[in-house]
Amino acid sequence: MADHTEVDSVSGTATTGHAWDGIKELNTPLPRWWVITFYITIVWAIGYWIVYPAWPTISSNTKGLFGYSSRADVAVELANLEKIRGAKMAALATASLADIEKDPAMLALARAKGKTVFGDNCAACHGTGAAGAKGFPNLNDDDWLWGGSLEQIQQTLLYGVRSGHPKTREGQMLAFGKDGVLKPAEIVTVANYVRELAGLPTRPGYDPKAGAKIFAENCVACHGDNAKGNPDVGAPNLTDKIWLYGSDEATLIETITNGRNGVMPAWEGRLDPTTIKAMAVYVHSLGGGK
Amino acid sequence: MNKTVNPDDLQPVDDYGPLYAAHKKVYPQSVSGTFRRIKWGLMGFCLGVYYFLPFVRWNRGLGAPDQAVLIDFPNHRFYFFFIELWPQEVYYFTGLLIIAAIGLFLMNAIGGRIWCGYLCPQTVWTDLFYAVERLIEGDRRERMKKDASSDPMKLERISELVLKHSIWLLIAWWTGGAWVLYFSDAPTLVKELVTFQGPMLAYIWIAILTATTYTLAGFMREQVCVYMCPWPRIQAALTDEWALNVTYRYDRGESRMSVKKAAELRALGQPAGDCVDCKQCVAVCPTGIDIRDGSQMDCIQCGLCIDACDTVMTKIGRPTRLIGYDNDINIHRRQEGKPPVYKLVRARTVAYAAIIAVVGGAMVYKLATRSLLDVNVLHDRNPIAIKLSDGSIRNAYTVRVLNKHGFDRVIAIDIEGPANAAVHVVGADSVTPDRPMIVIGRDQTEELRLLVTAPEESNPEKSIPVKFHVTDIGLGVVASATDNFVSP
Repeated sequence: MADHTEVDSVSGTATTGHAWDGIKELNTPLPRWWVITFYITIVWAIGYWIVYPAWPTISSNTKGLFGYSSRADVAVELANLEKIRGAKMAALATASLADIEKDPAMLALARAKGKTVFGDNCAACHGTGAAGAKGFPNLNDDDWLWGGSLEQIQQTLLYGVRSGHPKTREGQMLAFGKDGVLKPAEIVTVANYVRELAGLPTRPGYDPKAGAKIFAENCVACHGDNAKGNPDVGAPNLTDKIWLYGSDEATLIETITNGRNGVMPAWEGRLDPTTIKAMAVYVHSLGGGK
Repeated sequence: MNKTVNPDDLQPVDDYGPLYAAHKKVYPQSVSGTFRRIKWGLMGFCLGVYYFLPFVRWNRGLGAPDQAVLIDFPNHRFYFFFIELWPQEVYYFTGLLIIAAIGLFLMNAIGGRIWCGYLCPQTVWTDLFYAVERLIEGDRRERMKKDASSDPMKLERISELVLKHSIWLLIAWWTGGAWVLYFSDAPTLVKELVTFQGPMLAYIWIAILTATTYTLAGFMREQVCVYMCPWPRIQAALTDEWALNVTYRYDRGESRMSVKKAAELRALGQPAGDCVDCKQCVAVCPTGIDIRDGSQMDCIQCGLCIDACDTVMTKIGRPTRLIGYDNDINIHRRQEGKPPVYKLVRARTVAYAAIIAVVGGAMVYKLATRSLLDVNVLHDRNPIAIKLSDGSIRNAYTVRVLNKHGFDRVIAIDIEGPANAAVHVVGADSVTPDRPMIVIGRDQTEELRLLVTAPEESNPEKSIPVKFHVTDIGLGVVASATDNFVSP
């Protein structure tokens, strides 16, 4: 240690003896309480390394003295949560769909559960508020391709639509134009006919009789005599005011030419039956359920 | 160009002195008199209320807590005797805070820092701790002597100190203990606490308040008032020349002289001061100041110096209240031979009193007319409006109905707004024609999903105001809320 007792004349403080460009460093040590606190933190840190899992090893890490693990903590917390919810969820699992909707407490639980699960799994296509989009049904309205009762909604959720699941809902809108069944002129005519059925304005000079004939020959099998649709095959009602893909002439021509076959995934196996039940009640309670 | 300054040419400045004054321990002497009696009385009252209020019961009917004052965090309720407040009504606390603040202002305008001297918890507990200290270690002189003693390790002294700190800790612990009782049923919690079954949070809070009480009232004492408390700084901006402060009436006191000399001068018909410089006012002061130096920030206006001075004045046969609650105006008036004037009714005090009356009145009115049925409506934003297959428009709302009564109620929901609209509540208990009815549990909030459907053509506007009326079928009470009905 350098032997020096030089004292700065201005401040009266001893210097460290270091000088840079003629500027000397004053020896003003840290307060003792600060230094002691600092040493305590070092001791604490060493203790922490030993007591808690801290050091990585090649394939794992040191386990610490207590075998503590935050992962295990989370597992315990989750298990506790399941236990707390267990009774309510068990009630949900055994109750019928109609019973759930009638019981305010179970309805609230199903709606809460349904809402979170919907956000995670369904919102990507149907939107966070289930308002849908072009090609993705709005679940708030009263128009249902495959039926809007609790059971029908549950079935759609379980098996999906054109999902590849053995029990999936199956139905097809044919590509009348692409497959050469109808000529372009006929497609324009029948498109206008459908618009007329829905109460929408038609193209000047269009022939309603020809339209009716084309419709009767090609469309009634699925959409029915009066074009009211058929939920058994997922055929939409063509006379109402809600159109999944749009009701303007160009869209209709495209639909008739190329067909429309949207897919709803099957959720059986991906979500547990109780969750799907809660989902069905939630979707039904959005307001469109029948 | 500036001349280069050589640091060696600068004169060292060494008369700054230390930045902080070292703490000088205050040894207040015991005193008796009017203000001391007032302080004892207020101390007993305040501590009595604080320590025992949680045990007061108040019958609110079956199923409701029967504690008179209870802050029920788990159930989001606040109970104060006959008043029950919900989280939606926290504005009452705003009112309470306004009244408390203006109350302090009013006290300040009338009597300076009387809050500090008589009612502040710091003063009350410090006073209690001083009383314990005095009881065990003796009065001012003995305590000073004992502290200054070079042989502090005598068994007698140690047992004294142990006893003092034990009692202090006991008081501090009870202070923390009483605090947690306000947040849970007091008798039950006491039972749980003594059997070590209490919630950890309660023990933590007791520990925190024990530590703070012990430290603040036992050790920091007047330093809290002088260094930590913002109130003396604020009061300087609030006080005026008419406020009554503890004042040394120097017109009577100066110049200071011995009793004998004063008597001689008076015998010769010459003026003599009443102050005999006995320093009793300094000895009894809990903040260790000399009130004769005039009004100062360290003074907490406790009036103990008045008692001390009065005792001396009585002894030497001079009129009392050489120190008293007074103001500078009166000292000057007396010097000019005019009678003193006390003005309690001034623009300032009237304004403060008026604010307190208005806010207090509004709170009482609101409490008296407090609705026990409430409704909040939130329009669903996603989607904002839904078109149905027949072209009609539907809007969905989240309706929250609050039943603050102690019994279940059946409510009906009606709306007023869109023409030919139908109302539907998801999961409604029963529906009379177009009128959903729901049971709302007692002391509960029920959240409902409500759908309003209206034909498009009868409501051509983009947005129509819609009123929701929630009617208690039994009592006929109606609560209403307004929102909008929107078309896409």
